[in-house]
Amino acid sequence: MCLGIPGRVVEMTDPDAYLAKVDVNGIKRAISVRLLADSGIAIGDWVLVHVGFAMAKIDEREATATLDAVKRMGKAYTDELDAFRSTGVG
Amino acid sequence: MKFADEFRDPAAARALVKSITELAGDGEYKFMEVCGGHTHAIYRHGLERLLPPSIELVHGPGCPVCVIPMGRVDDAIWLAGRPDVIFTTFGDMMRVPGSDGSLLEARARGCDVRFVYSPLDALKTAIDNPARQVVYFAVGFETTAPSTEVTLARARELGVRNFSVFCNHVTIVPPIKAILDSPDLRLSGFIGPGHVSVVVGSRPYQFVPEVYGKPIVIAGFEPLDILQSVYMLLAQLREGRCEVENQYSRVVRDEGNPAALALLAEVFELRAQFEWRGLGYISQSALKLSAAYAEFDAELRYSMPGLRVADPQACQCGEVLKGMIKPWECKVFGTACTPETPIGTCMASPEGACAAYYNFGRLHRETAALVGRPRAAAHG
Repeated sequence: MCLGIPGRVVEMTDPDAYLAKVDVNGIKRAISVRLLADSGIAIGDWVLVHVGFAMAKIDEREATATLDAVKRMGKAYTDELDAFRSTGVG
Repeated sequence: MKFADEFRDPAAARALVKSITELAGDGEYKFMEVCGGHTHAIYRHGLERLLPPSIELVHGPGCPVCVIPMGRVDDAIWLAGRPDVIFTTFGDMMRVPGSDGSLLEARARGCDVRFVYSPLDALKTAIDNPARQVVYFAVGFETTAPSTEVTLARARELGVRNFSVFCNHVTIVPPIKAILDSPDLRLSGFIGPGHVSVVVGSRPYQFVPEVYGKPIVIAGFEPLDILQSVYMLLAQLREGRCEVENQYSRVVRDEGNPAALALLAEVFELRAQFEWRGLGYISQSALKLSAAYAEFDAELRYSMPGLRVADPQACQCGEVLKGMIKPWECKVFGTACTPETPIGTCMASPEGACAAYYNFGRLHRETAALVGRPRAAAHG
């Protein structure tokens, strides 16, 4: 549950509710970007996603490196992706 | 597993291991990684085996699933057993044993226990089921507490009445203090948590060097990050420095996430004390809902048993969590206690030290063989 996984913002789903759709390795789901509201999240930004929340803005290099690292975690990564796939808040 | 597969930059990893070995010399160093994510990465990549024998990595209490005491799991199962309740939880909590089985077993008995990825999914479940009560089992350090904060703020904005939170959020600083105050363990320094620090920043750890005279380096989760942090800790010690350093500055800012911290102060308040598995009661170490959010507090809405339940006698999770013993030194490790039939939380949680070692112990030995270190034999 403590995994942080990089995703790229692809759509501002519901700005009033601070929901944005992010793409995590091809899976697109809505998450909350409320914790980063002050940093001005825009389409194309990379964020670190934890339990359905964008926790930090990261650059593309960091996102790629982190994704590589979590992919190497094997089951922990596939479990996290399965969990991400199940979310339906948006 | 190949050295080259494990590290994006194998040459950098080799050079770091060499520098670490030179810097460590014939000293003896014991570094604690506080975070369960680091423990997982260390075992997963066999990092302990790359380090010289003079450096020992001790696994700390930073897996939030592992530190939940049995009595709280029993309360969760009690809540799940209310006929009108839909009980929502992260998957990791499903298999954690209480004194009479786990949430997974409660679900098999007919309780409505549902897995959620995000607490906002739990809130949505409440909105979709207005005739039922939805309780969300909130666990986690400051990494996860902000997700609960936002969800509660949203629940209040939307006026959702059939939603409540069974809050078990814990805070990172008190257990670090408890470990530093404990005479059992003499640590040389800390590998500081990464994702917690994304929220709290680097400032809360100032007491580690200032009061206790120990260095701490906030670290990222790639194998190279962890090696780099060990190097930074050694460099501090060899140069006579003692500071909070941030190896993970590409994600962690000194001030953390101010929005999350502001909301934390509004939604939560500190509990006078909270029981931690293995560490006992620690004062001001956990969060409960603030008076402003009392209407969403499951502990006020329901009369839970709230009993303190001692761990099973055979289980040595407490000693594992304090870094006093290694997972494989526990009496029941790998025999009575396995990831399929866990007795203790450290085996039940994938981020627990016992599960990590159980799953990846073999890889340790392979890594050791690659760099020609014979320590594998000593650790079975």
